[in-house]
Amino acid sequence: MAIHIVDRRLNPGSKSLENRQRFLRRAKALVQGAVKKSSQERDIKDVLEGGEVSVPIDGMDEPRFRREGGTRDMVLPGNKKFIEGDMLPRPNQSGGKGRGAGEGDSEDTFRFVLSRDEFVDLFLDDLELPDLAKRKLAEVECEGIRRAGYSTSGSPANISISRTVSRALARRVALRRPRPEELAALEAELEDCSEARRVEVLAEIEALKAKIKRIPFIDPIDIRYRRFETVPKPVAQAVMFCLMDVSGSMTEHMKDLAKRFYMLLYVFLKRRYRHVEIVFIRHTDRAEEVDEQTFFYGPASGGTLVSSALQAMHDIVRTRFRPEDWNIYAAQASDGDNSYADGEVASRLLTDKILPVSQFFAYLEVGQENGLSYEMPNSALWTLYEGLRANGAPLSMRKVNERSEIFPVFHDLFQRRSQQERNAS
Amino acid sequence: MTATDQLLFQGADWDFRTLQKICDTCEQVACDELGLDVYPNQIEVITAEQMLDAYSSVGMPLFYKHWSFGKHFAFQEASYRKGLMGLAYEIVINSSPCISYLMEENTATMQTLVIAHAAFGHNHFFKNNYLFKQWTDADGILDYLEFAKRYVAHCEDRHGRQAVEHTLDAAHALMSHGIDRYPGKKSLDLRAEEKRAGRRRAHEEAAFNDLWRTVPGGKVKSSAILDVERRRQMLGLPQENLLYFLEKTAPRLRPWQRELLRIVRHIAQYFYPQSQTKVMNEGTATYVHYRIMSRLHQQGRLTDGNFLEFLQSHTNVVFQPEFDDPRYSGFNPYALGFAMMQDIERIVTDPDAEDREWFPDIAGKGDAMAVLRDIWANYRDESFISQFMSPRLMRHFRLFHLHDDPEERAGILVDAIHNERGYRRLRRELARQYDVGFIDPNIEVVDVDLAGDRRLMLRHTVVKGAQLTETDTKRVLQHLADLWSYDVSLVESDASGTVLKEYVAHPRSAAAAA
Repeated sequence: MAIHIVDRRLNPGSKSLENRQRFLRRAKALVQGAVKKSSQERDIKDVLEGGEVSVPIDGMDEPRFRREGGTRDMVLPGNKKFIEGDMLPRPNQSGGKGRGAGEGDSEDTFRFVLSRDEFVDLFLDDLELPDLAKRKLAEVECEGIRRAGYSTSGSPANISISRTVSRALARRVALRRPRPEELAALEAELEDCSEARRVEVLAEIEALKAKIKRIPFIDPIDIRYRRFETVPKPVAQAVMFCLMDVSGSMTEHMKDLAKRFYMLLYVFLKRRYRHVEIVFIRHTDRAEEVDEQTFFYGPASGGTLVSSALQAMHDIVRTRFRPEDWNIYAAQASDGDNSYADGEVASRLLTDKILPVSQFFAYLEVGQENGLSYEMPNSALWTLYEGLRANGAPLSMRKVNERSEIFPVFHDLFQRRSQQERNAS
Repeated sequence: MTATDQLLFQGADWDFRTLQKICDTCEQVACDELGLDVYPNQIEVITAEQMLDAYSSVGMPLFYKHWSFGKHFAFQEASYRKGLMGLAYEIVINSSPCISYLMEENTATMQTLVIAHAAFGHNHFFKNNYLFKQWTDADGILDYLEFAKRYVAHCEDRHGRQAVEHTLDAAHALMSHGIDRYPGKKSLDLRAEEKRAGRRRAHEEAAFNDLWRTVPGGKVKSSAILDVERRRQMLGLPQENLLYFLEKTAPRLRPWQRELLRIVRHIAQYFYPQSQTKVMNEGTATYVHYRIMSRLHQQGRLTDGNFLEFLQSHTNVVFQPEFDDPRYSGFNPYALGFAMMQDIERIVTDPDAEDREWFPDIAGKGDAMAVLRDIWANYRDESFISQFMSPRLMRHFRLFHLHDDPEERAGILVDAIHNERGYRRLRRELARQYDVGFIDPNIEVVDVDLAGDRRLMLRHTVVKGAQLTETDTKRVLQHLADLWSYDVSLVESDASGTVLKEYVAHPRSAAAAA
């Protein structure tokens, strides 16, 4: 009888992936709740790491007819001292079933591990991009082509000469095609040799020539064509401007709040666009484009002129990010200080230059830890932006004091909502 | 020939040539010396991840898609990653060819053990045991699963994933009550099943004529004239196979829903023999691997070291903790089965006076394998234990029987122990623990109110006061009502007919419309 031994190790794994996705879809509401809950307990940095969540088993159970109670008969191994007719005291309610109850607990909530992607998907699932003019562009992709090795068929224009020649050479060597030197040597020998040898040499020359004829210099099987394949080419690219006031009044805590918000925004945009660029602009009374490290941690001091940052952003947009090709997002963080004289300039820059080309402009006013924002009088910048908003400028603004508020605020800004709500807000 | 020539392998490493050699050698011992009769073997080497995959689709190589398998997978994966759970060394499938999955991590000794265990032990049992012969179609199962998978996918395309999921959820809830417990007139032929479904679909499509919908139907015979007895007989009542009953009589199910119920029912039926023969099946496989491994060692084909490695895993497998051990969680079917097989071998070859008295038919017969092969073919756990559990083995396990009556204030009664007075009672009780008739609650369809609101009436016959758990029962009945699409009632009554509890479920409108 023949025994078949099959190596299945290389078969595509994760046959269960489809089932797993179905399970997640079904448990979506539950898992989403669990994801939110577990993300509150984490740092923003690890928030997107995936990991274990526990979901109440209720609603995901598979009911069966089951019985309980009644008189029970058991046959057990390991009798040591009992004899027939003994009455054993009943263990405390939990005693005999202690282990059972323990298992029951772990069954109540059902723990399992989500991959990073699954986690982020669920985490950002009910958020969407602000629905603005370029939304269509944001999702359209066009085809590009790229090199993808060689093929045996193709159009003559695509023949790869170097590849073809090297294959031909390999074939000639492998089949021992006589080299011209051999022929030349024989022909030289033919010039001056004995009659008997002559016949031999002639025959040899004939044989060589025949062989050369049989084994062509380039055979159709040598020919290779450059192969191209089409790939979806992302038109969708976004640039995210991080504007931040770094004047002396901004504390570490405030910067931290801003940083967290930027991180969330980055992750969110990253899910939606193939390519996301970040531009960091920090400003005091002068604005400059800096790298991330300097942005968050570099020391700076000076007064506060918001318009300088807006001007810098405008310049960068004009030189590097054509609004037709880029989705422009901007998030500004500040403690709200601004010199009053600057208000006029800033609002003109915003309404005329920046808002028309941006998908989204958010202003995040960061406050002191434990600060009670609503008791404070509105800051200069807040008042300014609120005025613009009242005139219909598409600005989003929120105040944040605590780390824990960051995600709700972010969530609130990007929440999927109906058209009316959107118009209202 | 030197000793190293005879060795199958040395150390822990193996390659495919080694596997082939192991298989051939095992086959020699199994078929020539033990006289086993097996399906052709197919051995597949898989990774841990693939093993997890296989776990979550009840061990089958292919299965239709359903979220519950994903749930099991997520759960098992989590406990595997945490190290709470080891994976099995193998999975074996009752099919022809008999497919055994081996984990790639196993050492050469483990592969030998597993091949002997699964590819010869289980395989022989699958091919010869009467329950498997009667209830399963090893030749057809893989094709049938392939068909089921395609059919479910096809239904999802045609009728929507939601609707299919609803039906499968409901069918799964009733799976344990979708089994024929008594052999029918004809044996199962899964290949014909598949063709039947295809024909039905083709016929439906060919015969579809929209005109017929508008033709006024003939006068319906008044159901009042059908007296209760006749009606019950026509509906085949009482019926304990709930899925079968629904498939055949539920008034508003679509044809594809009936087919889905049928698929779930067939799969439940396929696994039915396995649940009745756990002890025997594992006992057989363990006994076979023990015999084969010992023989290989004796022939000098295994080194002493490898044999010790084998003995260690073997001992772990057949370890039976005592009742007060924290590791105790019921009888270990490997331990019980293996002990009984060995005991039978002893009774056949070297009986003492007690054995002659208890087992006059087999004591001292001499040919242990012939006796065992006969037992493997013709018994299931319950009958096997009730006939072949010897007093000596009961003493060895020091069995005792507890009778726990909640009414009894004083405590739990020790009803029988391993002594002259207790042997028979112990054996009867232990056998009963393996009787599927007692394991699953006895629920039957008793009647349908055809004259009234078409309510489906079920009865649970309560045995020894064990009633159904309420939450689960309500959920299952909800599923049942959705399939039936009218009200469903369940009455729990004890043997004397006293009603203990009553449930009623109403169909959800969404499901009824689907």
